Amino acid sequence: MAENQTCVVIGASHAGVNFAFALRKAGWQGNIKLFDADPTLPYHRPPLSKAYLTSADAIDKNLLKAADTYQKEQIELNLGVKVGSIERSAQVVQLQNGEQVAYDKLVIATGARPFIPPIEGIESAEQLFPLRTAEDVENIRQAFEQSEQKRVVIIGGGYIGLETAASLKKLGAQVTVLEREPRILARVTAPYMSDFFQELHAKNGVAVETNKNVVRIERANQQNFVQCDDGTDYPADIIIVGVGIRVNSEIAMEAGLEIDNGIKVNGQAQTSDEHIYAIGDCTYHFNPHYQRFIRLESVQNAVDQAKVAAAAICGKEVNYDTLPWFWSDQYDVKLQMVGLSQGYNEILIRKEAEEHKFSVWYFKDDELLAVDAVNNAKAYVVATKFIKSGEIINKTKLVDSNIEFKPANLL
Amino acid sequence: MAKIIFITSDSEKVELEADSGSVMELAVQNGVQGIDGDCGGVCSCATCHVHVAPEHFDKTGPASEIEQDMLELDDDANEYSRLCCQIEVTDALDGVVLHVAK
Ligand SMILES: Cc1cc2nc3c(=O)[nH]c(=O)nc-3n(C[C@H](O)[C@H](O)[C@H](O)COP(=O)(O)OP(=O)(O)OC[C@H]3O[C@@H](n4cnc5c(N)ncnc54)[C@H](O)[C@@H]3O)c2cc1C
Ligand code: FES
Repeated sequence: MAENQTCVVIGASHAGVNFAFALRKAGWQGNIKLFDADPTLPYHRPPLSKAYLTSADAIDKNLLKAADTYQKEQIELNLGVKVGSIERSAQVVQLQNGEQVAYDKLVIATGARPFIPPIEGIESAEQLFPLRTAEDVENIRQAFEQSEQKRVVIIGGGYIGLETAASLKKLGAQVTVLEREPRILARVTAPYMSDFFQELHAKNGVAVETNKNVVRIERANQQNFVQCDDGTDYPADIIIVGVGIRVNSEIAMEAGLEIDNGIKVNGQAQTSDEHIYAIGDCTYHFNPHYQRFIRLESVQNAVDQAKVAAAAICGKEVNYDTLPWFWSDQYDVKLQMVGLSQGYNEILIRKEAEEHKFSVWYFKDDELLAVDAVNNAKAYVVATKFIKSGEIINKTKLVDSNIEFKPANLL
Repeated sequence: MAKIIFITSDSEKVELEADSGSVMELAVQNGVQGIDGDCGGVCSCATCHVHVAPEHFDKTGPASEIEQDMLELDDDANEYSRLCCQIEVTDALDGVVLHVAK
């Protein structure tokens, strides 16, 4: 491979950083230039709402790679530098500081940003934060320390909102979660799981309120009041917004790349321009197992697509074909998920003897689509094996927790 | 202070010292090849898999139930396998040799 070639990567987070190291490992001898608007050394995002939020750790305890390994692998890391545009005909990226950088291969790993819904008063609300970056956590920690009453209102009962609720509760906050839908986690899990987490939070003293459509945030007497369309009103010293994300696909779109719910890529993570690849949260990609295009927000997808793009750019034959998996930690509950449950028509629940240990199995007829495993890594592992193999599970045996949990026992 | 010796899959030997944190953190902070720690150390990804040198297995002790379960997804696992995000660095580890799994 030519030594004088340059691979430019926009975005240095889970996808971009893993890509850069994988590209070196795959034998790329040319330059690798990573750019990220975030000035912090690239770090893990999942702990931001979990253990990192409750710890007193500085971000250097939470880095994706050690600072000196970039140099060791001859990866040029440019932090605090935003890429403004891509000029495909000239094969350059235009930085916002005015410089231009030429590329032979370009990788877009721009991920996503928090969606701030157009709620009246949201722009002028104080002590209101999203949670996606190390700086957000820094701001939340600071506001938290300065707050006397520590009344936190979290808008949005998705994973990030609920994890943040559990973490701030642990730090001694008074937490209320406001969810617009009739149940929390409505988009991602079955009602059984929603009920379980609702109860778990109630038991831990976090008020989770559903059917709460926030319409206004008012500021009076140095306090925020979060108002819902049913007339209810919640005073808040700190507000956290966790209602989902928007994909950072603007620069790809302006460059004329194909966009469809994200940057559209093929099985090699290649966009509609053969010299440009896209990986991670910003992509809309095909999942061979489920035979459809999807967009994922997960470390698994970021890392796996990074490896595929690296191999493809180095001329290896690859095709992205992995099962999605994900986790969430709240209080002492560990949730592990594998597969995609969308399209299920039957749910089976297997409960183990221990409290808070069970798994929810999503089927479409006989096909196992996905499993949510609560404090039950065994269920997660057995499920992964079955989804991969496609073997038919004996449903009667599955729900019988007297039968030892092994694939061979469930046929 | 404990000395921990990693042998990577390219047979590179990396000797490190630490007195706290997890073994995975130590490895990532020092760029030990093959220890990725994708989940940040919460036993969810199995990218921090090591084989403890059999004669040192008493230093680390065996894998916990959740580690054992997660390791079942890895064909390379054996009775000396650990997910090293679950190994706390203590003096008891001093001198342990860990072979990074493929
Ligand atoms: C609080 C929280 C908890 C999470 N928990 C989990 C979990 O438990 N499990 C799980 O699997 N996933 C979890 N996720 C999701 C996971 O973090 C993401 O899927 C992952 O970060 C995606 O990586 P990425 O590199 O594709 O995108 P991102 O992490 O979004 O990174 C994109 C990067 O690109 C940079 N960028 C964007 N545009 C430009 C530009 N024009 N110029 C320069 N730089 C640019 C951004 O600054 C950013 O650093 C969580 C996310 C959050 C926020
Ligand atoms: S770092 Fe993920 S399992 Fe150890």
